[in-house]
Amino acid sequence: MIGYILRRFGAAALVLFAISVLVFLIFFATPGVDPAARIAGKNADPATLEQVRASFGFDRPLPVQYLMMMKHLFVTHDLTSFVNRGTLVIPQIVEAIPVTLSLVVGAAVIWMVLGVAMGTLAGAMRGTLIDPLVMLLGVFGVSLPVYWLGEVVNLLTQKQLHDSVFSWVPPLGYAPLSQGVGQWALHLLLPWLTLALLYAGIYARLLRGELAGALNEDYVRTARAKGLSERRVLLRHALRCSLIPIVSLFGLDFGALVGGAALLTEVVFGLPGVGKLTYQALQNLDLPVIMGTVLYAAFFVVLANAVVDVVYARLDPRVRRA
Amino acid sequence: MPEPLLEVRDLRIRFGRFTAVDGLSFALGPGEVLGVVGESGSGKSVSMLAVLGLIRTPGAHVSGNIVFRGRELLGLKDAEMRSVRGREIAMIFQDPMTALTPVYTVGWQIAEQIRAHEKVSARAARDRAVRLLDEVGIPSPERRVDAYPHEFSGGMRQRAVIAMALSCNPALLIADEPTTALDVTTQAQILDLMRRLRADHGSAIVMITHDMGVVSEIADEVLVMYGGRAVERGARRQVFHTPRHPYTWGLLDSVPRVRGPRARRLPAIPGAPGAAERGCPFADRCAHRFAPCDEAPPLTPTGDPGHLDACWLPEDRRRTR
Ligand SMILES: Nc1ncnc2c1ncn2[C@@H]1O[C@H](COP(=O)(O)OP(=O)(O)OP(=O)(O)O)[C@@H](O)[C@H]1O
Ligand SMILES: [Mg+2]
Repeated sequence: MIGYILRRFGAAALVLFAISVLVFLIFFATPGVDPAARIAGKNADPATLEQVRASFGFDRPLPVQYLMMMKHLFVTHDLTSFVNRGTLVIPQIVEAIPVTLSLVVGAAVIWMVLGVAMGTLAGAMRGTLIDPLVMLLGVFGVSLPVYWLGEVVNLLTQKQLHDSVFSWVPPLGYAPLSQGVGQWALHLLLPWLTLALLYAGIYARLLRGELAGALNEDYVRTARAKGLSERRVLLRHALRCSLIPIVSLFGLDFGALVGGAALLTEVVFGLPGVGKLTYQALQNLDLPVIMGTVLYAAFFVVLANAVVDVVYARLDPRVRRA
Repeated sequence: MPEPLLEVRDLRIRFGRFTAVDGLSFALGPGEVLGVVGESGSGKSVSMLAVLGLIRTPGAHVSGNIVFRGRELLGLKDAEMRSVRGREIAMIFQDPMTALTPVYTVGWQIAEQIRAHEKVSARAARDRAVRLLDEVGIPSPERRVDAYPHEFSGGMRQRAVIAMALSCNPALLIADEPTTALDVTTQAQILDLMRRLRADHGSAIVMITHDMGVVSEIADEVLVMYGGRAVERGARRQVFHTPRHPYTWGLLDSVPRVRGPRARRLPAIPGAPGAAERGCPFADRCAHRFAPCDEAPPLTPTGDPGHLDACWLPEDRRRTR
């Protein structure tokens, strides 16, 4: 198992290196484009251009440029945005990370609990009315776009009903944990629910299907023939095996969301997370920030993948030796 | 016959409109081995699943009597049935590759069954799992007890499944084609094992199979099923030496002889299996069909005590083997 973990994370490091090279090449070595001009932004004066050239070593060979870039990113942390005159990129990202993490972790807890509960209920109650009812609820969650749902939630809680039912809802934005767990959670509650609803629906459907399949497996029949209680057969045997693919999907979704896919939720609820940062950077073509967030996103996606594989191997003994 | 261990009377199983088992009756004494043979779809598995109360398909309807140790099992509450399953009656299934939960070790799964029925510590249950694995011939059991099912070969898995089935010393072991999925050598080993275990544990065994060879090796009593009914029943000697039903003749003809001249080709029983709506279920495929076959023949004694068959053919048209 230890060997497997080491190998897996070794592979992850290799992938990250490859991604950083790729991103570097796309940003700095696209033929026919002057990277200095792109970094400096639109209408930059010659002095700025010169400064960019020097600090990124654009007159030196590519491998050296790559190393200088990585040094700016990871060692000196002084990659600067030129569009947004003089702001440092890394601290911006570092500040945005806890916001995104808070949003995604909270939503993930909610959607996993909700999705697993709904999927198990529906899967175990096949043939009764509960199953289609729960699944209908799931479809409902899946079919509401996050930005639309978020806007509606905001409209209701911030305007229409803010003076009556929803007077407890704080204004949009993020409250760091330093202001107390209560404030933090209160500010995030609606974004959590909004983001979680979609995924809960997807996971419930998926789990129900897996569970329905597992309940027809021979090993479930064996478990019943052993004289185990139906509850134990369901939870310890059928559900336990059905969770394996769910966990791997979860890792991918979680990684992508932390990597910036929670963008819509962040924008709608005014949360200054990584997604929102990327969104702004894209709007004013702020290349250093885009590059920083792309690498950050890649880091989380790859890390999440590696973690998933390790968890997967813990859950499923069959893959451990592979 | 002393008080039978298991007595099934007039068992009927319907799935919606489809009748899978139609009035099956048989009895089994303690320590006896009953071989149940019949083509695919003849209702062997569903009958035995019904004994354990494991038919769960919505719309399935089971009626009749299933009396085990003097107690009616049909209609028992699930909680009561659970204390029978795995403890008094154990069942093993055809495909050992999929019969064990892939994510738990073999020892864990055996211990789980022991602890479902007896108040013993995890430690003690595990020790017993090791002993059981040893008994069914798994090499270095104290190491193998922690192996996962995928680390076992097919034959070893079936041994592990048998060990699990025997873990609570059941009075009756139902084996649903335990050797079909295995290669010939392994088949012989598993049969050997079952014979030995029967001698050691004294469990009665119901052995479901399509293989007359297996029946001839292990069974005391034979039940031949066709289209959801018993068409012949009797002691092994009776069924093999004086088979009475045309379907049994066909089955016996399809067994390759080990000794003596070899048949060139195995004679196939003509026609497709399936029960006629009314009348004898085998009539459509029977070479000896005549007018009375439009009516279903009941299972009747043949004159030889303990030997019954369901066929209208008069005595002079029966053949002996
Ligand atoms: N859950 C079910 N729902 C509907 N029909 C079923 C169900 N289980 C079994 N049957 C039907 O009942 C009949 C008897 O099935 P059964 O599995 O007992 O056959 P079998 O004699 O064990 O055959 P095999 O040798 O292939 O295992 C078959 O026609 C089958 O299609
Ligand atoms: Mg069967």
